[in-house]
Amino acid sequence: MTKWIEVCSIDDLQPDSGVCALLDGEQVAIFYVQEQDGGREFIRATRMNSRPPLAAKVYAVGNYDPFGKANVLSRGLIGDINGQPVVASPLYKQHFNLQTGVCLEDETVKIPVYPIRIENGSVQVNLSSSQHGGAAL
Amino acid sequence: MSVKQTLVVIGNGMVGQHFLASLAESPIKEQYEIITFCEEPRAAYDRVHLSSFFTGTTAQELSLVEDGFFEQHGITLHLGDKAASIDRTAKTVTSAKGVSIAYDKLVLATGSYPFVPPVPGHDRPQCLVYRTIEDLEAMAAAAKTGKIGTVVGGGLLGLEAAKALMDLGLETHVVEFAPRLMAVQLDDAGGAMLRRKIEDLGVTVHTGKNTSVITDGEHCINKMCFADGEELETDIVLFSAGIRPRDDLARACGLEVGQRGGIVIDNQCRTSDDSIYAIGECALWNGMIYGLVAPGYAMARTVVADLAGDVASFTGADMSTKLKLMGVDVASIGDAHAKTQGAMVYTYQNGDSEVYKRLVVSQDKKQLLGAVLVGDASGYSTLLQYCLNGIELPENPDALILPHRSDESVGLGPDALPASAQICSCYDVTKGAICSAIEGGCMTMGALKAETKAATGCGGCAALLKSVMDSELSKQGFAVNTDLCEHFAYTRQDLHNLIRINEIKTFSELLHKHGKGLGCEICKPTIANILASQWNEHVLEKDHLGLQDTNDTFLANMQKDGTYSVVPRITGGEISPDMLIALGQVGKKYKLYTKITGGQRVDMFGARVDQLPHIWKELIDAGFESGHAYGKSLRTVKSCVGSTWCRYGVDDSVGLAIELENRYKGLRSPHKIKFAVSGCTRECAEAQGKDVGIIATENGWNLYVCGNGGMKPRHADLFATGLDKETLIKYIDRFLSFYVRTAGRLQRTSVWMENMEGGLDYLKSVVLEDKLGLCDQLEQQMQYVIDTYQCEWKTTIEDEAKLKRFRHFVNSDRPDDHVVFVEERGQIRPADDEERKHFKLVEMA
Repeated sequence: MTKWIEVCSIDDLQPDSGVCALLDGEQVAIFYVQEQDGGREFIRATRMNSRPPLAAKVYAVGNYDPFGKANVLSRGLIGDINGQPVVASPLYKQHFNLQTGVCLEDETVKIPVYPIRIENGSVQVNLSSSQHGGAAL
Repeated sequence: MSVKQTLVVIGNGMVGQHFLASLAESPIKEQYEIITFCEEPRAAYDRVHLSSFFTGTTAQELSLVEDGFFEQHGITLHLGDKAASIDRTAKTVTSAKGVSIAYDKLVLATGSYPFVPPVPGHDRPQCLVYRTIEDLEAMAAAAKTGKIGTVVGGGLLGLEAAKALMDLGLETHVVEFAPRLMAVQLDDAGGAMLRRKIEDLGVTVHTGKNTSVITDGEHCINKMCFADGEELETDIVLFSAGIRPRDDLARACGLEVGQRGGIVIDNQCRTSDDSIYAIGECALWNGMIYGLVAPGYAMARTVVADLAGDVASFTGADMSTKLKLMGVDVASIGDAHAKTQGAMVYTYQNGDSEVYKRLVVSQDKKQLLGAVLVGDASGYSTLLQYCLNGIELPENPDALILPHRSDESVGLGPDALPASAQICSCYDVTKGAICSAIEGGCMTMGALKAETKAATGCGGCAALLKSVMDSELSKQGFAVNTDLCEHFAYTRQDLHNLIRINEIKTFSELLHKHGKGLGCEICKPTIANILASQWNEHVLEKDHLGLQDTNDTFLANMQKDGTYSVVPRITGGEISPDMLIALGQVGKKYKLYTKITGGQRVDMFGARVDQLPHIWKELIDAGFESGHAYGKSLRTVKSCVGSTWCRYGVDDSVGLAIELENRYKGLRSPHKIKFAVSGCTRECAEAQGKDVGIIATENGWNLYVCGNGGMKPRHADLFATGLDKETLIKYIDRFLSFYVRTAGRLQRTSVWMENMEGGLDYLKSVVLEDKLGLCDQLEQQMQYVIDTYQCEWKTTIEDEAKLKRFRHFVNSDRPDDHVVFVEERGQIRPADDEERKHFKLVEMA
């Protein structure tokens, strides 16, 4: 059964950065890649390099850093490494793929990823398990 | 097990110590019981840089002996005890204090003494010599009452001594018997150019003067009377008219000595007695006494090799020299006087910039025989390599000394050098040795220096070493990738230039024009940092917020459990009791763990993001401002209490520290920057361990740069001396601006300078002499940053939009329940995993 939880307004998100939401006792990090010059350039560049263009601009992953053992991932810097959208832990700088949750430095470590969508300006997250995170705006 | 033989070394000067150090590294060390006599009250020190003693270098810093050297290698040192006699039949050495040692092998490293011409009156009061630290102390004492000082001797050492007199604040004269300065190394025109430059510095030079008597002066203690009837009143007479070998011990025991002195040695440095060697300035090889340290070191290594049974010989040494005399570059190579049959000479003279260069080449114009450089010695390494390795000259040899005004380089590429080419003459390191170290995995200047010792002596070969390294690395296929990251194919310096010249104000504009992708945690903060140091907008402005590391985002330092620490600025470490109380009240109210930092301020730990604005509101109301502990920026200017209170203080170190900290606070830089100011040379503020260190002296402020503590501590280098405050600040402005502009990502000033081609000398030429014509720009940029300073926290708590970020949950006001503290020594600390489990259980129960 899918259950979409309303989190906040899209205006509460931080452009090109993250926030943390408390959903059913879970801490969820939500990242928002705003469409802007850099974003357009990114889409163009990735096409030129024949990488699959990224489908999503909003991502939801677990906020808990399994290496640093603290709830900090929403405060990490986001970006891309070899075409994968990532967040870098602010503690020890490991990268996590925002779509799969897999750690780039140690593939045996994976953080939870959650479906996320925007409905009428409202950010919604689905806590039931998911294979693929992120959603287009 | 064989019984150890006894090896006695007489003399612990530079060469004696080099012998011991070489021996200590050799396996044959184990075969000997090693004993050394040192007449002076301190073990070996650097006589080459003796004059730096007057510009703040301490006797300890001049020392050439690593801590614990003698103990570690089991060498017995008889300090302050002179070897008085040698009995070659009994094979014993007896000291002045009566110690008698039986030797199997004996090494004489007794050095030389300053020659004092037998002029009547040469032993009058304040007639001194310049050789030991005790001599320097006598000079300093004499300078306290005297006003005028005169050096007898215009050679290399004489000019060094003249610099020492200048540094002591005396009116300085140089008296030379020959018609020109540095008669041995320079020709007439070179000597004249040097004379002009030195006179520009305020030294009066008298050439062609023969002193006939020294007698009572009328205004000064002494008066020198010359053969031509002229006279010179002077308080101090400093003899520096050459050296004489100390061969008295050798004479007394019947060893063969030269007609004009010096212990005769063969190619293995053996004296006329097979059990006795002589090395350094006391030794006479092939009729020559070598008064330079490099040949002495070569002799020392020869003896170690001979003791080990290796085939080794000393076959003379190149007497080429390059040095800075009173700030003037002077170099002499090989046959500077063109004495070789058929030699041809090229001369370049530029009266305007006071540069003189002379090239001596063979008749067929194929070989370089010698050279003289005054005013600009930058071509020295290249010319020396041509000369020593017999490399064929280019078609027009004069191109080597003519100024090249385009970008083309006429320098000798490192690939042209044979493997046998000596790169470092101090430690005799060849290009071949450097190449094999690189093959062995040394990929940085630091690693290469540590492995081969090259460029760790006088440092003159550092630029050449770097070019050899770069060339070898690229040949081995290590295309050194200097791209910042996958998003920007540029170095940090390139990006700084792009941002500055094209006036780029945002990351997205830079990414759009010069990068690709989205960016990452490498390029975003680096570029945010460059933008801040160039345009100085608030780091939490909309365009910059997403670029900042978490520390900059929350203007606080993230700790292991996700909480933050708070560090208000306490300029110069000066704080009133009321401010301390205010700080204590905030710490108490928010239950923060408090600790004094190494930078003389207070760090308060355990603050949650939602608490930060409240804490800062209270701190700002109490008069504090942001300490920038979270940024790559100026941290603190540490100070000692200085002349205001201290019995020994020479100047107001606290006042200067506060002024400097207020001037540079908020400056974003490639890495953190630390300063310190000491009020006297006791150096209680540890300024020589900082990026910028300042020490008060009687003559003004001494500026040190590029030191740091941390994982790889580095002593700062003396940069400029005797400065007034205005000049000091001007130099620091330029230094910091140049660092901000050209350093790599996360490069401290030390690494930045060490990787700079030309190193410290180059940095001095840019900052002190404005070689690049950049200083106005650098000063203006610093002034802009100073004028646009804002307390980042004050601006933040006044702006609702910026405050929005300071909560743990976007949809709840609850704090993070994972943050759990326990108590230790009366304060909080983060709970460990075990303690956390316990808390969970308690909660469930």
